[in-house]
Amino acid sequence: MKNTLTISGSPHVHGSWTIEKAMYGVVLAMVPAMLVSFYMFGLGAVRVMLMSIVACMVFEYVIQRYIIKGPVTIMDGSALVTGILLAFNLPTSIPSWMIITGALVAIGMGKMSFGGLGKNPFNPALVGRVFMLISFPAAMTTWPKPIVSRPFFSFQGLDEKVLDSITGPTPLGMLTDGADGTMPEYVNMLMGSMAGSLGEISALALIIGGVYMLARKIITWHIPVAYLLSSFVFAGILWAVDPTQYADPMFHMITGGLILGVFFMATDYVTSPMSAKGQIIFGVGAGVLTILIRVFTPYPEGVSFAILLMNAFTPLINSATKPKRFGEKQPA
Amino acid sequence: MSAGEPIVSFPLPKQGVIPVTQHLGAPAKVLVKRGDTVKTGQLIAQTAGFISANVHSPFTGKVKKVDQTTDASGYKRQAVIIDVDPQEQWEEGIDTSHDLLREITADAKEIVEKIKANGVVGLGGATFPSHVKLMVPEGKDIRYLIINGVECEPYLTNDHRLMLEKADEMMVGIQVLMKGLHVKKAIIGVEANKMDAIKHLKDKASHYEGITVEPLKVKYPQGGEKQLIKALINREVPSGKLPLDVGCVVNNVATAFAVYEAVQKNKPLIDRVLTVTGKKLLKTANLKVRIGTPVSQLLDHVGGLPEDTGKIVSGGPMTGKALTTTEVPVVKGTAGILVMDREEAWKATPRPCIRCAKCTQVCPQGLEPYLLHQYGEMKRTEEAEYDGIMDCIECGSCNYTCPSARPLLEYIRYGKAETGQMIRNRKSN
Ligand code: SF4
Ligand code: SF4
Repeated sequence: MKNTLTISGSPHVHGSWTIEKAMYGVVLAMVPAMLVSFYMFGLGAVRVMLMSIVACMVFEYVIQRYIIKGPVTIMDGSALVTGILLAFNLPTSIPSWMIITGALVAIGMGKMSFGGLGKNPFNPALVGRVFMLISFPAAMTTWPKPIVSRPFFSFQGLDEKVLDSITGPTPLGMLTDGADGTMPEYVNMLMGSMAGSLGEISALALIIGGVYMLARKIITWHIPVAYLLSSFVFAGILWAVDPTQYADPMFHMITGGLILGVFFMATDYVTSPMSAKGQIIFGVGAGVLTILIRVFTPYPEGVSFAILLMNAFTPLINSATKPKRFGEKQPA
Repeated sequence: MSAGEPIVSFPLPKQGVIPVTQHLGAPAKVLVKRGDTVKTGQLIAQTAGFISANVHSPFTGKVKKVDQTTDASGYKRQAVIIDVDPQEQWEEGIDTSHDLLREITADAKEIVEKIKANGVVGLGGATFPSHVKLMVPEGKDIRYLIINGVECEPYLTNDHRLMLEKADEMMVGIQVLMKGLHVKKAIIGVEANKMDAIKHLKDKASHYEGITVEPLKVKYPQGGEKQLIKALINREVPSGKLPLDVGCVVNNVATAFAVYEAVQKNKPLIDRVLTVTGKKLLKTANLKVRIGTPVSQLLDHVGGLPEDTGKIVSGGPMTGKALTTTEVPVVKGTAGILVMDREEAWKATPRPCIRCAKCTQVCPQGLEPYLLHQYGEMKRTEEAEYDGIMDCIECGSCNYTCPSARPLLEYIRYGKAETGQMIRNRKSN
């Protein structure tokens, strides 16, 4: 009996929180947006999603098994999250080989080259996305219109299902390039009836996922709230200065994957700051940068770059913002 | 689990092992030798140094030897081993009756002396000699006596039972402490999940002057000294400071009871109430046990160890110590014995930190455990000190929450030891 006793330091109990719970919680939170993308884009979206997930998981397996020769942890859910996020950032018309290349960059360069989960400074999915944006600019900015391109609330248009054949500019693209096209109604944008990447189209579905993650305490409110507020306020100021030249802040909120970035990419554990203060700084920085890039650069989409830039600042933010220590200041 | 079990007096063992270091501070100096006969309550080891405590014989009998034994933390310590004579003979001057003595005749100075003489130490876990706490340095203005009725840990119910069964004695003990400290106010903090105790204590407190009972939010580590003070009088003890610096002294309810016995009954601290608990045990119990009783006998009392015992913890699940053997004696600081089965004892393999910041969010001291643990691992003591490693109260909350099951506290503890060493070296240079 004696020799079977476990001896270890306290505490002797552990909570039920695990990496898997957090990661699969994130996955679950992305399901509504995933379903909307399948509904809006049809099989094309399913293809992109599956390719991306499988590619990310296979690359993680191969690299861990044959290159690093360490433990294989593909079931921890982190590669799955990266796969879904990457797919969310792609148009349905993207060729499969490009998805695979993107996944290799995301997992191989964005994650494994730094030592795997927890050590990567940049969000792997965004690394993959930005790589693709630079390498395949045309394919990455050709946006098929949703097959359900009629206004969401009138269903008579469903017979127009012509898979991936119609492309159109995204609302943000119309803004930056002055491309023509009729701006969709906000309510349709909110539901997901607009041209765009898989995951960015339905702000509503993303918000549902975000609220779920907040409720389950997978993420805290700091980054999303700071990000949303700062981009809204900044866009609002520009709009107030010249409403003819700048889009109204509501438009910025529900287009171009801002909500996707706010809830699912900026909140990535590994690449965002640790303290509440730091997370607020991170959120505000990302918000302001997003609008800056959207409005003042040729890139219509600012979210990815803004978050990657803030990822780079994370170590600095971490050392500059410490949590409030107990006993630091006496309450009066 | 064991909150409904009344306190039962545990029978005398055949042999008792009484370590001379059962308190924080210098080991006491042994006064007896092999072959001596001792009475129950007789002084057998004397304080050595300012922070130290007397040790008394919990038994009548013969000193078998004075030797090194292994204590609960696995250290070798000097101990007096006594062959117990079942015919008890108490040392002169000890009142062993159960009469409640409400009138406090001792003055402040005598109170401190009696507490010192009778070897009272903090029974909440830290085992800091109680008389030292009463010797308030010049210039410190103490306004509150805070009594910790928050069970320091989940599973343990010994304090809860004591509050229900010995409230009057406790109240007198609190008044003794108030007199010793010259304070007019005492606040007993009890977690709100023990409404029976709160109600009972409130009832009793109304008959004693200056004592109030406050229900507290159930939130580990509410029983941490600093957290308790914050919750009761909304003051934060700054880093490296003592409760004294914010005008209060904290004692645990069991200590208040021991103080009552020491001052009013002249009875040394030779027994304590502890909880024996575990999911798979046939029964759980709150026992009044003589110091020196082997843990193995307590376990026999509850029906022996179950087949699939995986771990035996002295103390609670969050801060207790895992025992290597059950042949260790109960000491003044033993608040409970927790038996865990293999499943409970199983520990997940640590994985890399995913920087989720959960540990930072739960740390009651506002520290960054993920960082401190790295510093501990890499012996970066300077940075560890800067980031407040010495403020860690070793509550284990970070460790408990970490989704990667990292042994945060183990490394932080190690880092604390190294950093403490560095700080001491710097002072001595
Ligand atoms: S054990 Fe962990 S949570 Fe508790 S005080 Fe220390 S660092 Fe903070
Ligand atoms: S809780 Fe664990 S995984 Fe999360 S930041 Fe702290 S050490 Fe890292």
